[in-house]
Amino acid sequence: MITELSAGFLPLTDSAILIAAKERGFAEAEGIALNLVRETSWANVRDKLAVGQFEISHALAPMPIAANLGLTPFDTRLIAPMALGLGGNAITVSTALLAKMQDESGFLGLDAEAAGRALADVVAAGRSGGDKLLQFGVVHPFSGHNFELRYWLSASGITPDSDIEIVILPPSLMADALASGQIDGYCVGEPWNSVGVARGAGHIITTKSSIWASSPEKVLAVREDWAGENAETLHALLRALYRSAEWCGQPENHSELAALLGSPAYLGQPAEFILPALDGSILGASPPGGGRDFFQPHARAATFPWQSHALWFYSQMVRSGYVGHSAAHAEIARQSYRPDIYRAVMTGIGVPVPSANSKVEGALKEMVAVGASSQFLYLGPDGFFDGAVFDPDRLDAYIASQTA
Amino acid sequence: MTDRLPSVLIIDENATRASIIEAGLAAAGHSQVMVINEMHGIAAKIALHEPDVIVIDLENPNRDMLESIFQLSRAVKRPIAMFVDRSDTEAMQSAIDAGVSAYVVDGLRQERVKSILDMAISRFNAFSRLERELKEARGALEQRKVIDQAKGLIMTSRGVDEDAAYKLLRKAAMNTNRKIVDVAESLVMSARLLGDEGK
Repeated sequence: MITELSAGFLPLTDSAILIAAKERGFAEAEGIALNLVRETSWANVRDKLAVGQFEISHALAPMPIAANLGLTPFDTRLIAPMALGLGGNAITVSTALLAKMQDESGFLGLDAEAAGRALADVVAAGRSGGDKLLQFGVVHPFSGHNFELRYWLSASGITPDSDIEIVILPPSLMADALASGQIDGYCVGEPWNSVGVARGAGHIITTKSSIWASSPEKVLAVREDWAGENAETLHALLRALYRSAEWCGQPENHSELAALLGSPAYLGQPAEFILPALDGSILGASPPGGGRDFFQPHARAATFPWQSHALWFYSQMVRSGYVGHSAAHAEIARQSYRPDIYRAVMTGIGVPVPSANSKVEGALKEMVAVGASSQFLYLGPDGFFDGAVFDPDRLDAYIASQTA
Repeated sequence: MTDRLPSVLIIDENATRASIIEAGLAAAGHSQVMVINEMHGIAAKIALHEPDVIVIDLENPNRDMLESIFQLSRAVKRPIAMFVDRSDTEAMQSAIDAGVSAYVVDGLRQERVKSILDMAISRFNAFSRLERELKEARGALEQRKVIDQAKGLIMTSRGVDEDAAYKLLRKAAMNTNRKIVDVAESLVMSARLLGDEGK
């Protein structure tokens, strides 16, 4: 019997696992016919999940948390039983801003620390010169982009909202906004950085993987009530998506995957704009590997929904003033990610799974083998660029120590 | 003041569709309706006009941006929430099916908004239907053009009249179990290819 599932996705490289699951037959092998619907906004994804047009969706990692905390217009509860990969975003700035960064501090390369220092110099110079505030675009308030951009700015000595303005723009319009001078930079998922570079609108100055190595980006969002009533279908789906992630992660499949994602039905972009994120060549001369790859759909437990990731996003939602901190709120955030479901499914097919639900983010400086339910599992490095450590067991202290 | 109908802002990059909604609302007695076809400077326009209801098409990629403007505007005591009576998922469903969404000022009574949303939904549906019909009509027109061209080719090469040319076409279609338009299309195409080669 074939179960049909409707899933929303936005045209981004990190929708790869869902698209390959359909196109390479992994969903079909589990008895699932995936009806993938391309959406133009995360608001549409949220609405269609809420009214039941979608059972599942490609979603921003903080989206289920925001929904469950009542920060969205619906009271539909969402859960993330699986992540859809690690990394995949970058920060792109205009040619004019890059020139200033190079003038101020001779900045070169993609290192988050150096890029942050160079930008801080430009901001300081602009402040004393009475310049108009720089404007950076992100795609959604409750997004990895917004929170990693803000984290990077703060840790570099730049106060978001007072030193730099952050505005919301759809990913597909970022490059045009940069080219026309409407914004000075943006933090967005691929291929929209590569598209901006290819159009001559800007330059990539750093990446999500440099700001926070092995960091979460998109998740599979599922309506909680649907998950409860359709456990078997959900399990079959997770198995299919895991096999798809495995396929997406293999280097020999990257060219085929880039061509597949680029087709008009999906991203509608040339494959050469998509491939650099998949094979890591977007990082330029610095060779991919060593756990510092740009986008990782599979290795290092890339699809495991760590509750420490959920809690970190929550801490940043508190930091930005979207929600007040309380033990009850933190618990809602933690429960929005469901490693228990993931573990039950994956151990069933002999896949190595972390035995913990949370980890200390920033504890692993190198890739290490860790205890898993079976076989070996490699994790990390997972450090923040500023050397800070997020221990989910010390959430209160972490939140208390945060500056704006 | 309490009887005044809510002011409406229609955001739709499709100017034709926006204007048919505007006309519908005007006919229903709404005097304060504004249409915006492009998103540039939208925040300032919203701040200036302070609409009670905003109608936007779901294909518009700027919904996330629009919602963030509402979030920011909360700070200046201009609360706008998404239109949804949480119990009324059916209304929401039909709006989404039609491809439209709406936002209202917090506290505006649901029944005053419902007629606006219903109007938008019906006009969106009517517009989609019209578009589909137009596409079909255009397809039919194209088909007739191809058949006419094929007839012309047969008339010249065989020296027959139009009626005879059409009969030949129809016979070829029946013999090969294809549609007349398909036979005509391949005839025109091969004539074009051979013609180009000959030159």
